[in-house]
This record gives sequence, C-alpha cells and structure tokens, in this order.
Amino acid sequence: MKYVDEFRDPELILNVSREIERAADPARRYRIMEVCGGHTHAIYRYGLKDLLPPNVELIHGPGCPVCVLPMGRVDDGLAIAAQPNAIVTAFGDMMRVPGTKGTFLEYRARGYDVRMVYSPLDALRIAQAEPDKHVCFFAIGFETTAPSTALTLLRARDLGLDNFSVFCNHVTIVPAIRAILDSPDMRLDGFVGPGHVSTVTGCRPYEFVAREYGKPVVISGFEPLDLLESILRILRQLARGEAIVENQYRRIVAWDGNLPALRAMAETFELRPYFEWRGLGFISQSALKIAPPFARWDSEVRFEVPGVRVTDPKAAQCGEVLKGVLKPPQCKLFGKECNPEHPIGALMVSSEGACAAYYRYAQAPDAVTA
Amino acid sequence: MIVETLETPRRGRFGDPQIEMAHGAGGKATRRLVEGLIAPLFANPALAELGDAAVFPLAGARIATTADGYVVKPLRFPGGSIGELAVNGTINDLAVSGARPVALMASLILEAGLAGAALEAEIEAMAAAASRAGVPIVGGDTKVVEHGFADGMYVTTFGVGIVDERALLGPDRIRAGDQVLLTGPIGDHGITILLARGELDLEADLESDTRSVLGFAAALIDTAGAGVRWMRDPTRGGVATALNELVRGSRLGVAIFEERIPLRDEVRGACEILGLDPLHIANEGQLLAVISPQNAGAALAALRALPGGERATCIGEIRERPAGMLVALNAYGGSRAVDVLVGDPLPRIC
Repeated sequence: MKYVDEFRDPELILNVSREIERAADPARRYRIMEVCGGHTHAIYRYGLKDLLPPNVELIHGPGCPVCVLPMGRVDDGLAIAAQPNAIVTAFGDMMRVPGTKGTFLEYRARGYDVRMVYSPLDALRIAQAEPDKHVCFFAIGFETTAPSTALTLLRARDLGLDNFSVFCNHVTIVPAIRAILDSPDMRLDGFVGPGHVSTVTGCRPYEFVAREYGKPVVISGFEPLDLLESILRILRQLARGEAIVENQYRRIVAWDGNLPALRAMAETFELRPYFEWRGLGFISQSALKIAPPFARWDSEVRFEVPGVRVTDPKAAQCGEVLKGVLKPPQCKLFGKECNPEHPIGALMVSSEGACAAYYRYAQAPDAVTA
Repeated sequence: MIVETLETPRRGRFGDPQIEMAHGAGGKATRRLVEGLIAPLFANPALAELGDAAVFPLAGARIATTADGYVVKPLRFPGGSIGELAVNGTINDLAVSGARPVALMASLILEAGLAGAALEAEIEAMAAAASRAGVPIVGGDTKVVEHGFADGMYVTTFGVGIVDERALLGPDRIRAGDQVLLTGPIGDHGITILLARGELDLEADLESDTRSVLGFAAALIDTAGAGVRWMRDPTRGGVATALNELVRGSRLGVAIFEERIPLRDEVRGACEILGLDPLHIANEGQLLAVISPQNAGAALAALRALPGGERATCIGEIRERPAGMLVALNAYGGSRAVDVLVGDPLPRIC
C-alpha cells in the first residue's frame, strides 16, 4: 500500500532504532511527550516502545479530543438527543463516551435518534433529507476536524438551512501544550508535535515551545518510521543543546498550514474565554465557539441544555498521567474500576487515550520476545 | 460448577441495567451476558464448554448441536445474503466442533411488507448453500411481525451433526509449541457489511467471504486426527476474540506474527482509514485451527490444496508466556497485546 508500506519497512525501522540507541546518552533520562492521540495509538499499535532504549520514555499527551471532553458536555449532547424531533449526529469516536446519564450508543439503544456520521456534511445531508426534524452535529476535535465543521456552517448559511445546528466542542492544541509546560510538576524534555493538527495550523504556533521553554518540537507523521525519526531528531537537538521546531511530516504539513481552512475557521468561530478540559481543568482561550453571525446554527443558542459541570472522581489521577508525572498503571483506578468498557477517567475513554491504549496494547509482560 | 469457571464471580455476574448493542457484538459485554446470566441458570455439562456447538453423547455417538440467529443489515450484500450466511454459519459451527452436519432447521421471522421476491431470493440462497454442503434443511417455522418490528427478516437456525471419532478438540488440549493455522484473508465480511450499509461514503471492490468451512475442517481431521487441538470460525469479534477466548484463564498464551496474517489490500485500506484493527473484524468463511507441531506442516499443505485455501497460513503459535493473552509481534521486534473487542467496531475520525 503506497505511502504506508514504505514507512513500515522493517530494515529502515531497525536502522533508525539503532540510530536512536547511539544518539541517546545512557547517563541521562529522556521524557518526550507525543501530544497527539493518534501518535499514542500508533506507538502502542506498532509496539514502538520495544524499539527504544529504556532511558527514552514516551509520555502520552492531551491530544485526544474525546478524552479531554468534560462529561457535562456529553450530558448536554444527550439532553439535545432527548428533545422531541431531534436527531443528534456524531463521529464514531463519540458514541461510547460516557456522560453521567449514559452514552450516545446507550441513548440510541433506548430509542433516541442518534446517528454516526463520517463528516459533518453527512449531518447536513440528513437535515436536508428530513426537514421536519432538527439535526444537531455534536462537533469534537482539534484543528484537524474544526475546518470541516466551519465549512459545514458556511454551507448551512448558503443553503439557508434552518433545521441544522452544531454543538461546538472544538478545542485548540496550543493552550493545552502551554498549560502542561507551565505546570509545576512538568518534567518533559521535548515534544513530538501533532501531525494532523499541523496540516491545518502549520508549524509556527509551536515556536513558543522552543523559544520560551527551550524544548525541541518535531512535527511527526503517524507511521512507525515517522515516529522513530521524529524521536531521533529530538534526541539530536538535545545532544546539540538546541531547541527548534522541525517538520518531519513534510509530505503532508506545510510550514504555514492550510490557509483556506484557517480562513473558514476565522469566519465561523471565535475563541471561548475559557473551557474545561477533562484531566487538566479550565484553560483560558483553549476552545472555539460559533461566532455570532452563525448563531442561528449554534445548538447552544437553539437548545436549553443543562450545562452542568461534572468533575472526575477524586481517585482518578488523569491530570498526573496527562502531564507525565504518572504512568497509566500507576493510577489507583487503572484496570480496576476504570477500564475501557467502563471508563471513569478521561484517558480510558477513547482508544487514543493514554490509559486505553496502555490497557489494550501494553499489558503484555516485558518477557515477550519475538 | 460453572460459576467457578468465571474469573471472579462478582465481576462476571450480569447486572447490566439494559441491553445495549454491545451485548450482541461478541466482545466483553456478550461474555458477561452469556457467562453471567445464561450459563449459570441453564447449567449443565454440555453447555459448560461454551463451544460453537454443544457436544453430548447419544446412542453411542457424540452429537453436536448448534443454534444461531441472523439479523444482518442489509439483507443482501456483495458476496452473499442473510439466507446464505445463516446456512453457512450453522454448518461452520458444526464443522469446527469436528462434526459432520446431518440436518439443519430454520425459523424465519418476517416483517410485514417484505417483498415476496426478496424472501424468495433468500429461500433460494439457503437451498443452494445447503445443497452445496450436502446437508438437508429438514424443518422450521415461520412467523410474521408487524411492519416496523423487524429489519425485513431474521433467520434462526438449528443444526445437528455427528462428531468424527478421530476428533478430540477443546481449549484444554492445546500445548506450547502448537501452531495456529488460518485458512485465508481476514476481515472481508465485516468490512463488506460496514461499507454496504452506505453510512461511510467509502467504496471498495470487496465481497463477504461467506462459505462453508466444512471441507477445511474435514481435511484437517483427515490429515492430523487428534493432532487437531482446537478449531473455531472467527466470526463476531474476529480472530482476536477467538484466540483470546482460547487462552483466557489458561496457563498458555498465543503469539501471532503480524506480517503473516493474510489480508486483502481493500480490507487493510478500509481499516487504516477507519482506525479499525482487522483482527477484530468479523469473518464468515475462515477457519482458525491449533495443530500439534508434528502435524502442522501436513495440515497446512492439506488446507492449501483445497479450492479457496490457497492463502492458508501459519499465523502464530501457542507459547507459555505471556499466559492467558494474545500477543501480536511485528517484523521489526515490536509487540502488542491484542484484547477482545469492546462493543462494536466504531470508526475513528478525529
């Protein structure tokens, strides 16, 4: 398969793995955060931990939009689904995410009209096909998915469609990275920068990480070779005593990002003053809301929702895991009360969450050898 | 007696407030339903095995019986239809129990409004599949429910067979060093159905693999006899779920080699795009078998010699460690644990 197999070539992978071994100073310990949930998933999926020296540790960051979505927002979505004549649409990722009242899947099993879509435009098509119903698109994601929501809002305006709205939960990655960097127990040496987000934002938004905090950032692709090469580049920057932003994912990511996508977002969204992130708490200017000219298509304007804030159980140590202070199995609830079927903390929710990925892929004892 | 086979009685007990789709997806919720509610209350020795078919002695022979329900949507899909699926699936449950099917029965639940031609097509498909396998459909039942109370039609089947005298199968029969054989590419059925529902706006030139695996099972027993330790057709929950169930609670584990697992590019591509693991995707015409190391070579050759078995492969082996788990190893030394599926496979977008 083109653009996939080249990046999974065993010989090349082993070569880079050996380079990493050479570049890592055995006398020091490296903690590198992959910000993006897609990277976390790939790291476990391809067993990349087995290819790194023991002193190079990967910390799984906050870049899983489903994981950081507060439970209260899920409850709001469920409340919309329970309105008469409402159809709530969402990505597959959202379907199993629990609020306090249940999940979208459970609501569907109870008979509410909840549908899985692959794109917000599919939700728009449902609204056109069923003019007697109101179709709400439960929007989640970072800058990766926000442009498709923006385009859908523009399309809804052009069509003058009145039975469609967006419940906007889009978040932006940079404030979360800053929050982690500012946290007093932070102990990171560098960042594997998000791949898909950067296709939209470009590389410039991460420059502050290198400039203000002196940490290397390498924007990375999602294949095993991409990730290993990015880790190698971080180690080499650290060895040189350097901190810059590098773009390993040049086959997809342009340095300045995707300007038409950014323009569509600027037209349809504005920054919220603050937004709650599960596991991290409130972060200022970290999320998007629908801009006033598009209020007609804003579910938060059109529907009364509970808007109740729900905190994670105290015993869940999601914040510590997110910041790299604890590894998933060191949390008191990991694998016991909190497991993929009954997630309690944010990171167990999606397969891209650090805990779910760890639970799913990494439980094998270290004794495993090929 | 059966409660003891659960990991811990408290966790295994069924206490779910309502039935969710996940209870039918073949993963953990299904297990909780079957092992926490149904098995304890129906408790008896034949049921305790929880195999694809129940095996019990009768009149000097070992009899295998199986019942299965089919609720697939859409009714017809590339490569097959609900009727064909029902007959093949029932035959396969008997085949992997080491049995030669003797007779099938089928019960139809029809929704008022179902087109006569659609029903006719399904009955023809069932007749054709049964005749291909040389197994008669000897009886059944029909019921009609009001429009809106069933997706066109549901099929429930019952099958009975006689277990081959040479077959000695069971999860307790596997030993370290045994080889895991698979008859062909995985995921064709599950991905075909996912795409045929038309919700994802993806298209691929792909067909369900629905077929009888009777020929494969018979060839394995002919070649390896009691060297065949265990067989399963990895339907719901895929290869990962079948192999996890094999070693769950056991002192042995399974290691599979990712690069050996046969996979069509179309399935691989769809799984890459949708963030699904092919090991979790349903199959309807593949056979997984654990064979003793002495017999594995001949058994693999026998599978490959059969039509449709050309891509049969040894995908892994039984190991002592890690016990109780399925581990996938890749070509460059990475490893991952592969768990059973939680709920239905859902596409990942963001």
